[in-house]
Amino acid sequence: MSVPTEQVIGRLADQRPGGGPPLDETRVPSRWGVVLRRFLGRRLALAGLVVLAGLFVLAFVGPYLTPWTYTDKDYAAFLSGPSADHWFGTTQTGGDVYALTVRGMQKSLIIGLLVALFSTGLAAIVGSFAGYFGGWVDRTLMWMVELLLVLPAFLLVAILSPLFRGRTWLLFVVLLAAFLWMVTARIVRGMTISLREREYVLAARYMGLSGPRIIFRHILPNISSLLIIDATLNVSAAIIAETGLSYFGFGVQPPDVSLGTLIADGTTSAVTFPWLFGFAAGLLVLIVLSVNLVGDGLRDALDPTSGA
Amino acid sequence: MAKFLLRRLASSIVLVAIAASLAYVLAAASLSPRSNFEGRNPPPPAAVVERELEARNLNDRTPIIERYGAWATGLVRLDFGESWDGTSVNAEMARRIGVSLRLLIIATILGSVLGVLVGAWGAVRQHRFSDHAITFASFVILSTPVFVLAVLLEIVAVGVNDATGVSVFEYTGEFTPGLEGGFWTLAVDRLQHLVLPTLTLVLAQIAIFSRYQRNAMLDVLGSDFVRTAQAKGLRRRTALLKHALRTALIPSATFFAYNFGLLLIGATFIETIFGWHGMGEWFIESVRRNDVNAVAAVSCFAAVLVLFAGLLSDLAYAVLDPRIRVGA
Amino acid sequence: MTPAADPLVAVRGLSVTFPDRTGDVRAVRDVDYDLARGEVLGIVGESGSGKSAAALAVMGLLPAGARVEGSVRLDGEELIGLEDRALSRLRGRRIAMVFQDPLSALTPVYRIGQQVAEAVQAHNRLSRDEARSRAVELLELVGIAGARERAGAFPHELSGGMRQRVMIAMAIANDPDVLIADEPTTALDVTIQAQVLEVLRTAREATGAAMIVITHDLGVVAGFADRVAVMYAGRLVEQGGVDDVYERPRMPYTMGLLGSIPRVDESGRRPLVPIEGAPPSPAHLPPGCPFAPRCPLVFERCHEEEPALAAVGGRPQLAACHRAAEIEAGGLAPEEVYEVRSSAPAPGAERRNGRPQVLRTEDLVKHHPLLRGAVFKRQVGTVRAVDGISLTVGEGETLGLVGESGCGKTTALLEILELTRPQGGRVVVLGRDTAELDARERRALRREVQVVFQDPLASLDPRLPVSDVLAEPLRTHGVARERVEERVRELVRLVGLEHQHLSRYPQHFSGGQRQRIAIARALALEPKLVVLDEPVSALDVSIRAGVVNLLEELRERLGLSYLFVAHDLSVVRHVSDRVAVMYLGRLVEVGDVDRLYGGPAHPYTQALLSAIPVPDPRKERTRARILLPGDLPSPAEVPGGCRFHTRCPKFAALDAERRRRCLEEEPELRAVGPGQEAACHYAERLAVV
Repeated sequence: MSVPTEQVIGRLADQRPGGGPPLDETRVPSRWGVVLRRFLGRRLALAGLVVLAGLFVLAFVGPYLTPWTYTDKDYAAFLSGPSADHWFGTTQTGGDVYALTVRGMQKSLIIGLLVALFSTGLAAIVGSFAGYFGGWVDRTLMWMVELLLVLPAFLLVAILSPLFRGRTWLLFVVLLAAFLWMVTARIVRGMTISLREREYVLAARYMGLSGPRIIFRHILPNISSLLIIDATLNVSAAIIAETGLSYFGFGVQPPDVSLGTLIADGTTSAVTFPWLFGFAAGLLVLIVLSVNLVGDGLRDALDPTSGA
Repeated sequence: MAKFLLRRLASSIVLVAIAASLAYVLAAASLSPRSNFEGRNPPPPAAVVERELEARNLNDRTPIIERYGAWATGLVRLDFGESWDGTSVNAEMARRIGVSLRLLIIATILGSVLGVLVGAWGAVRQHRFSDHAITFASFVILSTPVFVLAVLLEIVAVGVNDATGVSVFEYTGEFTPGLEGGFWTLAVDRLQHLVLPTLTLVLAQIAIFSRYQRNAMLDVLGSDFVRTAQAKGLRRRTALLKHALRTALIPSATFFAYNFGLLLIGATFIETIFGWHGMGEWFIESVRRNDVNAVAAVSCFAAVLVLFAGLLSDLAYAVLDPRIRVGA
Repeated sequence: MTPAADPLVAVRGLSVTFPDRTGDVRAVRDVDYDLARGEVLGIVGESGSGKSAAALAVMGLLPAGARVEGSVRLDGEELIGLEDRALSRLRGRRIAMVFQDPLSALTPVYRIGQQVAEAVQAHNRLSRDEARSRAVELLELVGIAGARERAGAFPHELSGGMRQRVMIAMAIANDPDVLIADEPTTALDVTIQAQVLEVLRTAREATGAAMIVITHDLGVVAGFADRVAVMYAGRLVEQGGVDDVYERPRMPYTMGLLGSIPRVDESGRRPLVPIEGAPPSPAHLPPGCPFAPRCPLVFERCHEEEPALAAVGGRPQLAACHRAAEIEAGGLAPEEVYEVRSSAPAPGAERRNGRPQVLRTEDLVKHHPLLRGAVFKRQVGTVRAVDGISLTVGEGETLGLVGESGCGKTTALLEILELTRPQGGRVVVLGRDTAELDARERRALRREVQVVFQDPLASLDPRLPVSDVLAEPLRTHGVARERVEERVRELVRLVGLEHQHLSRYPQHFSGGQRQRIAIARALALEPKLVVLDEPVSALDVSIRAGVVNLLEELRERLGLSYLFVAHDLSVVRHVSDRVAVMYLGRLVEVGDVDRLYGGPAHPYTQALLSAIPVPDPRKERTRARILLPGDLPSPAEVPGGCRFHTRCPKFAALDAERRRRCLEEEPELRAVGPGQEAACHYAERLAVV
């Protein structure tokens, strides 16, 4: 996957950061002001942000609103539908679906955020060093990327799942992050290569600045738009990956729950006992959708040349 | 071009070998076939366990490097070894490979072609209602994990079946076992089983490709060459189809390779949910049963497919874009 | 209006507005003009003046969001508001257009023959073969050698000049009545520009079409157009016959433009006439005359009322200025209208004698491998980008290094700036051989050599406020904190900016101001040598003069030496003491500026100088051009012997016996007179400008 990916990267790299028409010196609002205004101007993105905020509140405040915890069992109510006592109904063993769902949301949201943060950070470092230094650094790092792209991350994490079974879920986060950074790293590398030849980077070099300092001072800040957008979209990718793995039992382990394990448990009775499947699935879709909308809105706001 | 392909092939084989080795080593280190015996009741004698594991090159007391050596030697002869229960991995693979490939091929072709068309149409009608509707729909589908989408479609199918009183859609297995009948009966039965799983995957693919194609089209809609085409006297519609769409296909060829990994994982979910005995379902079962050799075999299969998709995508790229033909 | 009884094209009250959330952008405002049959009208304006939008409005090719008002009549038929179907029948057949950037204007995935044939077929029922052969005829007409074979090429396989010829072939495919050329030569080098202008002349003769030539280059229009219209902030501000407008400009903006361009045909250090400030953004036009904030003749009325185009002096000349009548009556010249700062003392060749050398290169070589293949790179050749150049820059001196794109001048400059051992030859900076420096010494030497790049926006990190931009070199070299702040303030003053600018970001400044910031940064460490890489070519004409004047002033005040790399020979003549001309990685001629411009001895220098259009219509009409055939050869396939012989007009005129020398022996630089050397076996001085 050599020629085409470079082209994709090329397309992204062409989007010159800080470009735009020459502006009159006066009356120019600050960059972040412009970004904020453009973002707020996109109704869907704004709606996504509001919904996402609501979901976070639900996930972290929600558990305190009900007397049930996600480990409690109500032996008086097996498989009962939504009611005043059990807002989302109960499971086969009398677990409260609402308590389980908000707990699952917590897990999925936290894991999604952490994985996106780690993997984007890793991608930024690997991509910018490979792109800036070129030569053998580049060849080695990019060969690793290519190798890891050949094996879908999902397979690798599934294979390694016994390693974190019974241990902290943070290990799962690290593993997931370790296999999700490659595509972003390639894009960062491509952008770095184009920035490396930019005059202000050349000027810094001819001033006597060292390579790593140029990367952290001039290159990474100038691809921050891309990193922010990618980190956001990586949140949704990470949530989907996490729930997918948990769905098969390769992710979050019982007794803890994630939206993935809940959906897996509810799937077989989705038709007969819809509350087992519907709430978890609906909330999962809502989370991912709102993250995606926010990411897309950010892309439009940060990168006016993206055209979308 | 032939030379380019040959070299490409050589490097791909090396990558597959390394990727498969990596998968094997990780699987051998992480999975424990021994536990399959430990759970048995009554527990088999230690010597028997030892012998069984040894016979299949699964003994975790043998250093991993030796086990890898034995596995790699077999792989050179294209022998993937045996499962922990003694069945041949090659035979199982032969049974399953066609099931997966059929699903993947149909989904790829339908998904990419329809996705490109939908995306291009949306771009041309930018800012109109139809564009907004398509964009939003694709967003929703993109945000729906396959395992949720599959169940939702299943629920719809159950509804349709109930409403019509006939089993229009089937959602378990690949065909009805033991069904008797002529060619047409069997063909229709297979088709009924095919629709839902394929539709799930195709819908997801359309959503992804249409988003990508729409953006690629928008990138070229305002470009100078589309304006030139109009300046020559071409109608806007003609200029868009002949010049903009044709050029915007190039980045989509690239995207094809990127997307293929996702497609494989999607297929894994679908096989498991709809009870198709394909490679994906096998992988899940094998991880659960600590079946190191089977896991390595499926990983190898995945690596081959991903690289093959990359090769196809490069080829499509070279066909579509004269600018890289010269260099290749 | 111009007296044209029955104009071919009549534009009345044409306005183009781009709606925007922050307010409408009025790109074109109330433009009127006529175009007679067979006439050539030049429309001159800087970027953002609305000249291209006005042309696209005539073609109906503006993006969907644009609002077009007014009237455009072609032979009496109204074009504004026509449906796409009706317009598409006119486009290409009656009005055709040549665009600026011939690479992006051609579809990358189709062969050029197909694209020309498509233009033919759009208006004629022809079979594929007929259209093909017509396409080949057209390609021949625009001077593409081997048209039949070349028709099968893809756009990326052609050079910029060739692509522009293809664009012209497409435009004249259907014998249009009007041909609009939007900056047709802006993306091209001067010698190629001369070729393409010649092709446009041929095209006009072949079709008899009337032409509208849109450009920012007053020189191009001078020799090409019958009438000229000057555009500023979306309006026409002056219009008339070329001779009238160039000799008797009556709108201060036009006067400023004419005074601000350095001329290749003028020796001496006449300070340029800078126009203060920058053109207004079309989204925020000032009330009254849009030029008022920059105009030296401004008075109260200018801020209140926008002047209309009105006749001046009884000639067919119109100017939009409240004071046009006074200017006419006083017969004012640009130098009288604009305040001209006292001239810098003219430094000459004599100044460098005995002065220490700041920079010396000896046989500097930079080759890089030509790689092919996307996955497995393999070397298929060597690009001889810099192939042995020796030059010196003395203290306080400006050496101009000129050449067309691809000649290796930028590579040479970057190689010097690396301050490391070059691939071949030597680089000596301030007496230190760069090959012998260790890392610490190299860092120390960096203080002495600084650089200013072409694109002032790209050369400033958009994420840093100006104060940080200026402080960075100081901090990097460990200057104490208090001193940094003090020095930053000094620097801002030095380049004519204000203290309150320090907290702003580069994108908040106009191009000229950004370049001033870049210059201030280069001067932060008080270097001895400043390398200037095309420092004004990205700037608008009216802003250039100010930056050029600043550079000259700083050199005098701070005793700097400049290595001034540029493709614009007029600017180089203006700023340099000595000039080196580069062709395909080698120097072909070096000399004191007036000697070299007054009598270039190398045939390449002669062609280069003769190709530059001069903003003087009378002179331009009578000048003989030396047209070079073909394109610059690839530096990966450098011709043997004299590397210029494949395009050399002198070589073409030699007999076989004398030619042999050019084919076999690579000429070295040899003196052709005092202070002038040329690398030609048959060098002879010749006046061309």
